[in-house]
Amino acid sequence: MNLVRNHILISIDAGTIMAGARAVEKTLVDEIAAQGLAAEISVLETGSIGATGQGVILVVYPEGVYYGNITPADIPELVEEHLLKGRPLKRLILSEIPKQHVIKKEKTGLLKEQPRIVLRNSGIINPENIDEYIAADGYEAIANALTAMTPDEVIEETKKSGLVGRGGAAFTTGMKWDFARKAPGDIKYIVCNADEGEPGTFKDRLILEGDPHKLIEGMLIAGYAVGASKGFVYIRGEYALSIERLEKAIGQARQYGLLGDHILDSTFSFDIFVMKGAGAYVCGEETALIESLEGKRGHPRNKPPYPVTEGLWAKPTVVNNVETLANVPEIILHGASWFRGYGTEKCPGTKVFTIIGNVTTPGLIEAEMGTTLRDIIYEYAGGIKGGKQFKGALVGGAAGAFLGPDMLDVKMDFVNLKEYAAVLGSGAILVLDEDVNMVDMLKSVLHFFRHESCGHCVPCRLGTAQMVKIIDRVSASKGKKDDIDKLLNIAQVMQTTSFCPLGQSLYLPISSSLKYFGKEIRSYVR
Amino acid sequence: MVAENQCHCEQAQEEELYLKLQEIIKEHQRRPKELIMVLHKAQNLFGYLPRRVQEMVSEGLNVSLNEVYGVITFYNFFSTVPQGRNNVKICLGTACYVRGGQMLLKKAEKELGIRAGETTEDRRYSLGIVRCIGACGLAPAMLINDDVYGRVKTTKMMEIIERYG
Repeated sequence: MNLVRNHILISIDAGTIMAGARAVEKTLVDEIAAQGLAAEISVLETGSIGATGQGVILVVYPEGVYYGNITPADIPELVEEHLLKGRPLKRLILSEIPKQHVIKKEKTGLLKEQPRIVLRNSGIINPENIDEYIAADGYEAIANALTAMTPDEVIEETKKSGLVGRGGAAFTTGMKWDFARKAPGDIKYIVCNADEGEPGTFKDRLILEGDPHKLIEGMLIAGYAVGASKGFVYIRGEYALSIERLEKAIGQARQYGLLGDHILDSTFSFDIFVMKGAGAYVCGEETALIESLEGKRGHPRNKPPYPVTEGLWAKPTVVNNVETLANVPEIILHGASWFRGYGTEKCPGTKVFTIIGNVTTPGLIEAEMGTTLRDIIYEYAGGIKGGKQFKGALVGGAAGAFLGPDMLDVKMDFVNLKEYAAVLGSGAILVLDEDVNMVDMLKSVLHFFRHESCGHCVPCRLGTAQMVKIIDRVSASKGKKDDIDKLLNIAQVMQTTSFCPLGQSLYLPISSSLKYFGKEIRSYVR
Repeated sequence: MVAENQCHCEQAQEEELYLKLQEIIKEHQRRPKELIMVLHKAQNLFGYLPRRVQEMVSEGLNVSLNEVYGVITFYNFFSTVPQGRNNVKICLGTACYVRGGQMLLKKAEKELGIRAGETTEDRRYSLGIVRCIGACGLAPAMLINDDVYGRVKTTKMMEIIERYG
């Protein structure tokens, strides 16, 4: 067998494919073969490396040189310079190397950089090869759980870790599992919510594209803890590559006996099925998602009964977000106290953030809970684009809250943000510079809500329509004097009377935008 | 397929599609909970969901026609009118909106001579709006069939669209 001298990782995700990654990959492989290097250099596909907007990205190991914006025309030079002559090609080297470790909440300068939890393998292993996941300690957590832990112990460990749902609602994961475990019934289900639809959020897509086996293992552990034998992944129909990779991963896991009957010769049997969503924001709400899984319109259900007692086909059902489940194998493998070493006392662990808008380097990071907004924007994302002033940020997606400049030093975690009447939500951070018009922002948010309101309850259906009417005339400078107060008033009524979180949550962006940018917005109706 | 079925007459081709649909429905016979899955497959086949398809699905899966119609109109993904060969969708998520998604839409509507939700007469393009597709780092984004385009400029947009025949 040949000893491979260099490994080249090429990032294949929806973003780089769009930039032509497939063509670059083919040219690279052909060129390496043409130079007679095929036995010495191996080209491997991996998921997102964590940078967006840098075109096609390659990493050459063992040197660890990151190249960006590669086109097929660059390949002959790259191969000749770096791989034949051993001189890294300076003109294509990325100036900002994506962070492959957890962003620390306080810079002590002492702690050594910690590996990531959720994104540990993303951009490092080949997501289409189960052996690479196994080599990175994959499926060890489920093996440990099946051989050395009872389901109750798994639940206890998860509870102790303090893991809460990463989809936005932040409910304690261990407790959810416990409720479902204790609910009467022989048939129970695990549902993974991969219907990522919060504007500005693409973390679940990158987890699915970069490390699909981690999700499978997380679901296996959840299934074992709860006593479920079937799992469903409800995934956005638009996420073509995620669906392809997940289905491939499920096929490999079945082949290896990691899904199916008597997993690892235990009494535990579990299988996973992928279900494509059909495009409805409201289906991110867990009961609406369950309705959709049952083949119906995605209208939310009355609660109680909660899904943990009466969910999919009226059976006890756990609905967990992709990122939540991706934390689980690491917790079982390293223990709850290890996990609590990250983040804050009340909110342990890390959070995957997507940073977008007017920043120099938009992208995806995994940061400790409690990292400040300032650090996330200025340390990771390279600050505001073009050296402009920070005006504000919309945190948590369209159903999130605006934060003003005096909130830059707020610690970002589920518990702390609540004290400032804000939310962490899905972890989307839309950064706005001084040129952004807040009325336009509100207009975009309100149009989105009107489009996605499912029509089930009156306050949301009529409220969103009225609010769009108002904001449109305000934005055209034809607003009436009391229009802004009317907006707030309608949002308030919706918050208290809407049937599901979709209608209830609109109050947050409205009230927070008025809190920080009230003067600007009101100047439109003078 | 036998030779007679290979004629180019549109009707025969359509009949062939209906035969295929019949087979799909058979796999899911009388299983109402698989309705959305069947509709996905049917739309893949026809490009949209005409009345006759809805009726066949309704009968095969044992779901009332009214419910089938209800599900189709609820989800953005399904369409009851014929779609063009190429599906152009403009993202109007918050990030794209801020970076000029609306301008892209206006330009596309003007150039193609149709409004969002419509199809050109030659059935070459359908135009639509898509909610956030997670390409926010590359806003404004445009989706043509399964291909995502980022940082689209109004001046370059038609050049991209015209690559799709």
